[in-house]
Amino acid sequence: MRLPEQPNERIDRSRPVQFSYGSRLVEGFEGDTIGSALFASGRRVFSRSFKYHRRRGLLCCSGACPNCMMRVNGEPNVRVCTEPVREGAQVQAQNVLGSLEHDLLAAVDHFGGPFTPVGFYYRTMIRPRSMWPLYEKFLRNIAGLGRLDEHAGRSRRFDTEHRRAEVLVIGGGRSGREAARSAAAAGRQVVLVDERGAAGVNGDFEVLAPARAIGIYEGGLVPVDAGSVLYRFRAERIVVATGALEQPLVFPGNDLVGVYLPEAVRRLVDEWSLKPGKRAVIVSADDRGLAIADQLQRAGTSVVESIDLRSAPPRTLEARGSRGRLSSIVLDDRELACDLLVMSGGRQPAYSLLAQAGARIEYDADRGIFVPTDLPPNVDAVGSVAGEMEPAAVPAATLNGAEEVGRCFVCICEDVTEKDMKRAIAEGFDSIELAKRYTTVTMGPCQGRLCHVPAIRLFAREHETDEATIGTTTARPPWAPVSLGLLAGRGHEPAKRTSIHHRHKEAGATMMWTGFWRRAHSYGSAGNEALHVHRAVGVIDVSTLGKLLVQGPDAARFLELLYPNRFGDMKVGRIRYGVLGTDAGRIMDDGTIARLGEEQYYVTTTSTGADTVIEWFEWWNAVWGLDVETVNLTGALAAVNVAGPRSRELLGRLADVDTSNECISYLDAKETLVAGVPCLILRIGFVGELGYELHFTSPYGEYMWDTLLEYGADLGIRPFGLEPQRILRLEKMHILVGQDTDSESNVLEAGMPWIAKLDKDDFVGKWALEHVQERGFREQLVGFEMQDGVVPAEGGQIVLGGQSAGRVTSARLSPHLGRAIGMAWVRPELAQDGTEIEIRVNGGVANARVRLKPFFDPEGERLRS
Amino acid sequence: MSFLLPCPNCGPRDVNEFVCAGEVTKRPRAAPSQRELSAYVYFRRNVAGVQREWWYHRFGCELWFLADRDTRTNEVLHTELPQDSAETPVAR
Repeated sequence: MRLPEQPNERIDRSRPVQFSYGSRLVEGFEGDTIGSALFASGRRVFSRSFKYHRRRGLLCCSGACPNCMMRVNGEPNVRVCTEPVREGAQVQAQNVLGSLEHDLLAAVDHFGGPFTPVGFYYRTMIRPRSMWPLYEKFLRNIAGLGRLDEHAGRSRRFDTEHRRAEVLVIGGGRSGREAARSAAAAGRQVVLVDERGAAGVNGDFEVLAPARAIGIYEGGLVPVDAGSVLYRFRAERIVVATGALEQPLVFPGNDLVGVYLPEAVRRLVDEWSLKPGKRAVIVSADDRGLAIADQLQRAGTSVVESIDLRSAPPRTLEARGSRGRLSSIVLDDRELACDLLVMSGGRQPAYSLLAQAGARIEYDADRGIFVPTDLPPNVDAVGSVAGEMEPAAVPAATLNGAEEVGRCFVCICEDVTEKDMKRAIAEGFDSIELAKRYTTVTMGPCQGRLCHVPAIRLFAREHETDEATIGTTTARPPWAPVSLGLLAGRGHEPAKRTSIHHRHKEAGATMMWTGFWRRAHSYGSAGNEALHVHRAVGVIDVSTLGKLLVQGPDAARFLELLYPNRFGDMKVGRIRYGVLGTDAGRIMDDGTIARLGEEQYYVTTTSTGADTVIEWFEWWNAVWGLDVETVNLTGALAAVNVAGPRSRELLGRLADVDTSNECISYLDAKETLVAGVPCLILRIGFVGELGYELHFTSPYGEYMWDTLLEYGADLGIRPFGLEPQRILRLEKMHILVGQDTDSESNVLEAGMPWIAKLDKDDFVGKWALEHVQERGFREQLVGFEMQDGVVPAEGGQIVLGGQSAGRVTSARLSPHLGRAIGMAWVRPELAQDGTEIEIRVNGGVANARVRLKPFFDPEGERLRS
Repeated sequence: MSFLLPCPNCGPRDVNEFVCAGEVTKRPRAAPSQRELSAYVYFRRNVAGVQREWWYHRFGCELWFLADRDTRTNEVLHTELPQDSAETPVAR
């Protein structure tokens, strides 16, 4: 079915390529596109239209129109007219119920007309409401274009690459190539991007092809779609050479199979040596269209008639067909039998990228085209996109007669007809922007390439005004369809692991996320691990804590300004618990502050708060300019907490100092060797038992962990995870910032008034806390214990006489106490020890009692022992 | 947002490397009234024009600096470190 060898043909007849279409095998040649190979095999119908399911065939052969979209290797909406053939590819029709020849949904075309006018989905299928599930199921089945392969999820990998260029040329046509060559000759670093294969593009510059610039964003950012890589180009100069787009004519039957734009016929004949039809008629507004007669002659197609719209425009034009294929046209009153109609409504500069970049778009009434003007200083336009092109006739908005003889498509992507546009205008959509949204004209896969100008022309005619008055719709990225995977890039899930991470895995811990950190949730039984800390000794990896060194002559003053606490009066070697707040009085983080020297403090933060806290510290000091510096040691140091009644005995075996209560008492900080490793020992009690936090350089993590487990074996040492730690801290009513507090919480209402030294001259949040004290409390953070064993959900409601009176923030079953305990925000009048409250649990209510003192060791005797 | 921002320390970098902490505000000096406190904590001028802002080079040198940015065009007219600023903000 091929013509004899053509002078410039692209196909290599010695290299056949096979692929499957549905269940059939199709043979093409290297150099074919899937579309041209299918055409060669005799296929003329390539798709069914979006709404009416009308047969559609090749129209533009340039990747602009929606007519050849098929599913290729599972990927929907591939334009096969530009997609190169690949051996073994699997090609299927899409948007059909049945086959392209027998599509059951074509019923919409025959019967749906009166029932499915423009915007019907805004008005119909609303009542009765009870029917909606049925409507929805039906609509979801037929709506949309193409179907995603739900199982393909991660079958493709996409990447993003940041690039820069002195000159970025978009478009590899003649003007683009010239621009690239001359810029390269001037010594500039040039990159040229071309949608097609960029054959014959060469020079002293880089070529990216096939690749598409999908937009021009502020700052000269141009994302370029190169298939599986998105290049984010930052260019000093952008040269747009996107050329011009052939425009269709609007007349009844203009969507029939056999109606082509000139470029499609040229490529069919010249590049793939295919005969487009037997009898042809040409109706053209410019010489490009008329010149197609040469190709047709070579292909052996007889040209029945050639109409030049500049000299002899017909009043009416109608295409007739059977089974969706063109069989004749009616020119005024003459009927001409033909199976090929080459139509050309002239060309329109493809200005979208320029408009996105900020150019103004003006209508040139003489030539009937929209041209870009007032380009931004870093952007140039060359070639036909700038309006440099051959003279053409301005075609009439439509070429149908007074009476309706058939559907006249303004937009073939969304099946918007002339009638739909008129109806939208009659319904009051008098601005082109609104009509666009209502009719969805220009919103389909071609993104206005073929329908933008015809829609404006029709709009102008109906409003009895000109195109300049109607104006264009806003051009927005993406200029070409882009797969979502490309925009998302490769899936990055950054994870931070402590230096002891693999020991937890080996011990069979279940891991969990806390921010970016991976932490051990538990090693089997959270309850037993918590019990074990009370009975013997446990060890937990707390390397995730934020660790900051604050030092300098102003260190004490700096911390006193940041925290509500006082630090200047601390003795060297002592520790204080601190809560960090904002000037709105809100709690943002908490941790311990150890004074290591007169001018040196060691600050710990929550595991997820380290980065925020160091930014916060630096920010305030950017204003204050105090003589102090902050060093983030979070990653450099590992930390473990050894806790339980037998922890002192264990530490005594390993530390180079006396570990008696007199030598290292509660809230003491001591620098010494532990198992030969320089350590900072912090005696603190987050989990409520006698305990020591050891901070040391990260590389010793596994060694320290192993040594503790080895030397503590006879004491019954066991690792414990984050979940048992949460049970233990809850028994002590130690808050977790972000769990028990939210963006409204302050230290006073959170039950820690001793933190806020309101007699200090100034600190961040002082005035807001003073205000809270003045206005009185609105709610208070308290503990509660359940009367029966039920554990309420976190976030559960506290009720009082049927009214909401607070919410649960934490709740756990404490194996040690044998009770369900928790913390909650309640109204101030409920914040009395022993008050009975009710908590909503599983639809009912459960009784609880408010507790203000820690559930475990309320006086802290165990902690200090 | 996709513009370049000149870090006073590192030079022009993609805006995604930075954190913007909003316009420079003035922290009251002492014992503000409730109205002054609310204005400082909650209210911003939100100008359509050139605005002085705090920026932090999070994925770079980790320094805070001041920038004069036109909020309409994202054009950054000037950046400087607070210690080099003629009018160091007394407070935020």
